[in-house]
Amino acid sequence: MFEYCTDPETLDGLRWLSCYLTTGKHINFYWSFVTVLVLLFITAPTALAFGFLGAMSARAQVAPVRWLGQAYISVVRGVPDIAFFLFFVIALDQGFEWMRHQAFCPDWTDPIRQGNDFLVCPDAKLPLSSSPQWVHEVYGFFLAVLTFAIVFGAFAANVMFGAMRAVPRAQMETAEAYGMTHRQTFWRVLVPQMWMYALPGLGNLWMILIKATPLLFLLGVEDIVYWARELGGTINPRFTDYPHGDWRLWYFLALLVFYLAFTRVSEILIERLNKRLRHGQAIVGAGA
Amino acid sequence: MSCWVTIQDYALRSIGIGERLLPKADFTICQQVTLIGSGMIWNIYFGALALLIGFFIASGLAMGKDARNPFLRKPAEWFIFIFRGSPLFIQFFFAYFLFLKLKQLGYVTWLTSAQAGALVVLILNTAAYSGEIFFGALRSVPRGDMEAADAYGITGWTRFKRITWPTMLRLAWPAYTNEAIFLFHATTLVFFSGFPTWQQRGDALYYANYFADKTFNPFVPYPILAGFFILLTLGVIGLFGVMNKRLNRHLPQERRKRLRVRPNLIR
Repeated sequence: MFEYCTDPETLDGLRWLSCYLTTGKHINFYWSFVTVLVLLFITAPTALAFGFLGAMSARAQVAPVRWLGQAYISVVRGVPDIAFFLFFVIALDQGFEWMRHQAFCPDWTDPIRQGNDFLVCPDAKLPLSSSPQWVHEVYGFFLAVLTFAIVFGAFAANVMFGAMRAVPRAQMETAEAYGMTHRQTFWRVLVPQMWMYALPGLGNLWMILIKATPLLFLLGVEDIVYWARELGGTINPRFTDYPHGDWRLWYFLALLVFYLAFTRVSEILIERLNKRLRHGQAIVGAGA
Repeated sequence: MSCWVTIQDYALRSIGIGERLLPKADFTICQQVTLIGSGMIWNIYFGALALLIGFFIASGLAMGKDARNPFLRKPAEWFIFIFRGSPLFIQFFFAYFLFLKLKQLGYVTWLTSAQAGALVVLILNTAAYSGEIFFGALRSVPRGDMEAADAYGITGWTRFKRITWPTMLRLAWPAYTNEAIFLFHATTLVFFSGFPTWQQRGDALYYANYFADKTFNPFVPYPILAGFFILLTLGVIGLFGVMNKRLNRHLPQERRKRLRVRPNLIR
């Protein structure tokens, strides 16, 4: 990075540290923070969409759709989220490969599950074994986003289902009295009003989503936990110009501080948004 | 090998009693159910002990956060902020490496094991979350109750023991039940977060993950795990429901709060 870094053995103190913290691997470490942020900003709207669909189907008039929506909400909430993360990453991958297998290799006769193996034809492999490294990484990241969205979608669905029920009944009746159809009532009256009731729950969910991001590590993405373990471990002088002992404690302290700052800032922003939405509403805690 | 033999071999495998080697091939449903169930012993151990010890620390934290004296209030606020504001997963990693460093320096060497070290983290974590719940309840103890206590001349420690604390518990109980459920869910993180598994004695998720890795088929072990956890959740709701009834027994029928479990929070 800096010119004086060419010979690390002659450095000491702050100059050594500045060189050490700008090695190629550290740059990867800093990029992994971006990965986490990207994951958050992709997952949050996706989960919101999943949640909206879930809440909508949980209050549908067709019984099977309603059961599906309610089952989605209650199953995901009853089981540890980490179990879902571990489950969906494999299950989704196998599901995609199975679908491609059906589409691309209709002549394939061998069974897909042979004992302890899951074998699809080479054309159906995801990603293809010939594709470059970055495709593998992007595919892994995509699976992680989808998994997060499914799990947090259920939580969001729960919040929105409650919020839809909190909209005063009189509002709906008025809309019906004006001759609006069911669909019109839903989109023009219920949906615009439910956000105020949903926001505290969704804000809570956002905090929880932030605190769930380190679980990316378990999904096989090279995230901040991966790099903190990698960089912090004892490094032998033979393999690096910057040998040091076991510094994982300090790396994880840095992560701890990062998350504390992130949740604190989010908390303040959510509180502001809440105040603005409550403004002028006839509920407890509304600023006039 | 019949299922009964499997149960004899593996039902207590997670605490080191029974067959030493895990099955390597040709996994039966019975083996999976037994071993994952065996792992639940650790989930219950972590969850129950952390709740029990964390409960008392949480009461103290709530009192501290409510105190007027800043020397009591500030530490309680910071404690709650640090443990609620950061992911449990990172807390586990941090604590493990901290304990490892302490071990190298020769202090508290036993803390690097999952049974002790992870338990400490879980205790502090649940204390912070429940402390915040108790604090909220403490703030909403009805003023009338306090005035009635004053009128009867009940003050100081007696007032706290007989009126403030039971009322706080009664108000906090539904939220505290949720916290208990999520604490049990959080115990599945222990063996994925740096703390070593000794002789493959892990918790339920550890075994479920073992089977999923070996068979490359997630559709059997994870639903089994889900089934066990739903049973555990129902058990927790039942136990806490009994306590809820007891806390509310002095109230007239229509004012009693039914325990509505709405687990919409995780860490």
